[in-house]
Parts: sequence; structure tokens; C-alpha cells
Amino acid sequence: MKELSLNILDITENSLKAGSTLTHILLTETKNTLTIVIKDNGCGMSSEMCKNVINPFFTTRTTRKVGFGIPFFKLVAEQTGGSFKIESKSQKEFPKNHGTCVTAVFNKNHIDYTPLGDIVSTVITLIQGHPESDFYFKHTVGEGEVLLNTQELRQVLGDDINLNEFEILNWIKDFLKEQYENL
Amino acid sequence: MKSLAELQAIRDKMKDKVVLREGYGEKRVVVGMATCGIAAGARPVLNAFVEGVNKAGLSATVTVTQTGCIGICQFEPVVEVYEAGKEKVTYVKMTAEKAEKVINEHLKNGKVITEYTLAANK
Repeated sequence: MKELSLNILDITENSLKAGSTLTHILLTETKNTLTIVIKDNGCGMSSEMCKNVINPFFTTRTTRKVGFGIPFFKLVAEQTGGSFKIESKSQKEFPKNHGTCVTAVFNKNHIDYTPLGDIVSTVITLIQGHPESDFYFKHTVGEGEVLLNTQELRQVLGDDINLNEFEILNWIKDFLKEQYENL
Repeated sequence: MKSLAELQAIRDKMKDKVVLREGYGEKRVVVGMATCGIAAGARPVLNAFVEGVNKAGLSATVTVTQTGCIGICQFEPVVEVYEAGKEKVTYVKMTAEKAEKVINEHLKNGKVITEYTLAANK
């Protein structure tokens, strides 16, 4: 992946596949580090499966035999001297508070650090493909922050207008871009 | 500054329009967005379709959606076009530029661009 924002898109697609209705995408930057947290309320995984997903030759799909999403993300974090963690609570064992949380820490100054890239495009792509699901996106840079909570937008839009209508997606894009300009 | 009040105004303007969209989804454009697709450049392709379909005034008849891996990772980004009563068209190794051409020739005028299809690239 050429940008970390593409890894974020890929990992969040797993959350949506797991039936997440509210997914948190939290980016926190300090002078030297970037921490990415993707937390969902999907069906979660058993502890055994949670161990398996970091293995590229493990996948739940039937169209092919490999699953590179999680291993790629782990690799790009660890190659900067950072860290990677995945925790999960399965719906079976935790019917009331299930879900998966992926945390990756990056050393921004490392030569192998992949730039974050076009994160606004990632958020827009997620909403376009999953208008029924909610996203809480927060990017904190030092004192400043960029925030988008689709639950708030949904309240304004009501039931008859989808979040992935072209006009709405455009508004969200401008809303995020404006916040980044003021960061 | 963008505000929620502004979003509300957009909503009010759209409300009448939504009712008119009866024939919604005669054609369906499906973009593969699994790890393989994303790594190969599916994100700009998807966004080119979302923007291009709207710009071409086709949003009443064309819907753009996403799917996972369809098993031909070496041909990603893969885009499938479904139309009732017609055979599915699979476009491979797509780019934003190719997407624009597909919108103008295939989605608008019904002419399949054979050179971009899976059959022509196998």
C-alpha cells in the first residue's frame, strides 16, 4: 500500500464485514509518532482466530487462500520500530460489548515510515460504500483536531436522505478539508 | 465555516429530488474494494465513478457500489457493470482515466469498451 490511509480503508472494511454499526477511526499524532486505532462493534473473533489473523496464510474467504490485510498493516507499523496490537471480544462470549480493536503505532521519523496520504478520500469511500453504518473519525495533531461523527449528520438528514448521496458526500469532503486547512 | 445548518439546507433542497428517483439503479457499477483492489488503486477508481456518474447526469439510472474480492486479484482494480437483461461486463486493471471513458461510452451510450474487459486481457 502506498499510503497508510489505504491500510486504514482496508482494515475498516473488515470491521464493516463483521457487521459494525459504529466504527471509530482515531488518529493521534505527536511530534514523533502516529497512533492509529480502529475500533468496531462488530461480531468480534474468538481468541484463537484473533491470533490467526496476523498470519497471511489465514483468511475466512473462499475465493482465495491468503489474507494480507492485517499482516500488511502490522508490517508497516513494525518496520518503523512501532507496534501493532489486535484485541477482540466475540459476540458469542460478550453479547453486550463485542467488537474488535486494532492499534498501530508508527515512528514518523523512521526512513521506512509510509505517509498517511489522502485520509479524507478514505473516509468518503467508507461512507459511500456503507451509508447505513456510522463512523466516528477523529484526527488529533498536537492541540488541534479534525472531527466527523456521522451520527450527528444522520440526525440532521433524517430517514429519507442517505449519507452517500453525492451532494452529502461532497459536503462531508469539504467539511473535513476545511478542518484540515485550519489545523 | 461549514456548519450543520448548511447541511440542513442541502437536505431540504434534496427532499423533492429524491421522490423523482423512481428508476434508480437500472445499471449497477460494482468496484472491488478488498485488500487486493485497494492496493492496486481501487479507491481513486471508485471516486472517479462516483463523481463522474453524477457529473454526467446519470445518477438517476446508475448506482455505484462496492464489493469484496472476486478472486481475480491479478487483474485489480476490477469493475463490474450489471444491467438488467444483459450479460455482466467485467473491466480490469482500471484507472480513474479509464473510468471516465467507461462512463462516457458504456454507461451513457451503451457501448462496451472491449479493450478494457477481462476477455481482452486474459
